Amino acid sequence: MHFGLSEEQILLKDTIRRYFSDRLDIDAIKALLNAPCPDDIWQSVVEMGLTGVIVPEEYAGSNLSMLDTMVVAEALGEFVAPVPMIGALMITAAVRMHGDENQRERYLPGITSGSMRIAYGGKQGHRALSCDGERVTGRSSVVVDVEGATHFLMMADERLLVVDGSESGIEIEKLNNVDRTRSFAIVSFDGVACDVIGQGNVSAVQIALAVGRLSLAADTFGAAEKMYEDAKRYSLERYQFDRPIGSFQSIKHQLSDMVSDLEPCRSLLWYAAHTYDADPDEFELHSCLAKSLVTDVGKRIAKTSLEIHGGMGYTELLGLHLWFKRIETNRQLLGGPESIRTRAAEIQGFINQEVS
Amino acid sequence: MDLSYGAEYDDFRNEVRQFCRNNQFVDPSNGMPGVTERPSTERQAWQAKLIEQGYAARTIPKEYGGFGAEPDIIKNRIIQEEFISAGLSPGMANQGISMLVPTLLEVGTEEQKKNYIEPTIKGQMIWCQGYSEPRAGSDLASLRTSAVVDGDDFVINGQKIWTSSAHVADMCFILVRTEPEAPKHRGISYLLMPMDAEGIDVRPLVTITGDATFNEVFLDDVRIPVSNIVGTRGQGWQVANVTLKYERGMLGNSGQGASAIKNLEDLLLTEDEAGHRPMDDAVLRDRFVELQARSLANKYHGMRLLSKTINREPPGVEDLIVKYSATELAHDIFCLGVDALEERGTLMDDSPHRAEKDWQKSFLSSFVGIIGGGSANIQKNIISERALGMPREPLVELTKDGWSLKKP
Repeated sequence: MHFGLSEEQILLKDTIRRYFSDRLDIDAIKALLNAPCPDDIWQSVVEMGLTGVIVPEEYAGSNLSMLDTMVVAEALGEFVAPVPMIGALMITAAVRMHGDENQRERYLPGITSGSMRIAYGGKQGHRALSCDGERVTGRSSVVVDVEGATHFLMMADERLLVVDGSESGIEIEKLNNVDRTRSFAIVSFDGVACDVIGQGNVSAVQIALAVGRLSLAADTFGAAEKMYEDAKRYSLERYQFDRPIGSFQSIKHQLSDMVSDLEPCRSLLWYAAHTYDADPDEFELHSCLAKSLVTDVGKRIAKTSLEIHGGMGYTELLGLHLWFKRIETNRQLLGGPESIRTRAAEIQGFINQEVS
Repeated sequence: MDLSYGAEYDDFRNEVRQFCRNNQFVDPSNGMPGVTERPSTERQAWQAKLIEQGYAARTIPKEYGGFGAEPDIIKNRIIQEEFISAGLSPGMANQGISMLVPTLLEVGTEEQKKNYIEPTIKGQMIWCQGYSEPRAGSDLASLRTSAVVDGDDFVINGQKIWTSSAHVADMCFILVRTEPEAPKHRGISYLLMPMDAEGIDVRPLVTITGDATFNEVFLDDVRIPVSNIVGTRGQGWQVANVTLKYERGMLGNSGQGASAIKNLEDLLLTEDEAGHRPMDDAVLRDRFVELQARSLANKYHGMRLLSKTINREPPGVEDLIVKYSATELAHDIFCLGVDALEERGTLMDDSPHRAEKDWQKSFLSSFVGIIGGGSANIQKNIISERALGMPREPLVELTKDGWSLKKP
């Protein structure tokens, strides 16, 4: 029995962390804000194999497990890396499971090689889109990772569809979102040709959402653990009343609360990722439970860490705001905790249709 | 990730399963044998059978009445799983078995091991723990109950509190101050005291649940032989910490959490007279799913710790948080059960009104987990100081000028 990361997974994590700790210090991140992921970073991400983690080998991927994917997502969150990974993971999982041979050929090699960058529609805005199976029309109010995107992964009429960004009839209005490591926009489609994944089967939508949500949970976990580590370090560095503030019981207990929340979440994330490969019927439920719990815990940790840093935490000088806003945004993306728990209840048959 | 126990354990699981199929015993008593009442002769006979099979006292050496197997945490887990799924009473767990016996095995004399381990694991000798005192709770090392040597005896005077099972116990493992001049942690000794000795007065302490599960124990010139010491004089604090290590494991066992969340799910899906299910209420449903996520997180966390133990990875912060995390979760689960039942949630267990599980009493009892065995606040000190490397708070004293820092 082994519950946890393998040696290869730990190595993968170390590789990613080494790269980003060299490339992305606070000033570098601030310089990148509101811009597409820089080519050198994207190229390195591709070279480390991060875009093709769960792509099958015949499409140039490394065909690893969902747990490997979580290692990647967690590391990206830890460095608030402006890498458009969530959409890539969603499309990969959906196309692998539900795409036809042409679709696999069309997308998977491009995802692995990095020639495709995927923007994805948020939870809100899908209702405004309609799709007849060949063309999509409507105005989606939130689309994520739009800067530099080559393709849009959207949902309309319970179908999962891909729109090539070079098609005509697409209009993009940039939005001013709080997490500047990601770009948001309103995207309007005027009868634009689209490629429906899995012939309109709703389970293509479900698997894409489940993978997206679990990846956002892992991203949140990475960011929250970093904020917790920052708070711990700061508590020993900062002196007031001739004592490190970490010697005050109030601070010690806040730190204990943070780590007591984090560690079971780590176990839940690992297990949830494991169900994708080992117990697929349980995957969507576990993705929902992980996303809702980890983003709740993330919210508490982000708040407490900021508070422990005092006034400095409220400035842009320390850079804590970048993590705070990433966590805050992850919490809402693809559904806030309440709507995701409602989905978890629905999956388990807890919702009485007559009553609701 | 590999969550199987491995094919080599299949035979063992089959053997246990076979035993569970061929043998039936469910203790009819509602109490906990060896905690709130003495084990019945039937329960003792069952225990003897379990030891003989190696399903209780599995790793206790044969010469002390145990089964004498090599420690194998997976086999323990398999036994636990099979007994739960068959609904059979498992091997007994009480303070004597779970705390004293491992301590004696680690630091007891040969004579102590010979005298005490066998009757204890067989459920014939019941123990209570004489640690806490009215003025020594979280700061246990400040305890004042004294023992003075007089001839061949220790003479014990003082008072203990929160002594569960003192009213049924034969023996008490007790912490006393034997070296009043020494620094507080080095002046304590760990003694074994027969509860029928002259001068012991046990008074039941009725708790918030209305039950008398704890006691106050008054000690007035109680004489016990000087040979009834575990370790040496002044070494009692280290000996006690061996015992406390086992208690934290006992209180934080997350196996209990899994059945609590399942019971809560059943409760929320049960219709009342008007055909209404609590689960139909969006807010209660939301609270339930949140608890379900926490509960599963704790369950998988338990698997992670099991895997760490099997693979001999050193303990870390993930081990220290378990008691705090699991006991808070249990409290929240019972609280939602009470809320879902609304007015009927305030009824106690003997009400004619209800067939549901006893939610109010479980809710009240959940404080045993939160406070007992090192309260939540103490757990948070332990986590932050031992695992996160945070400093202790400075000591203060009250002087005529008010509070001031105490010189070390």
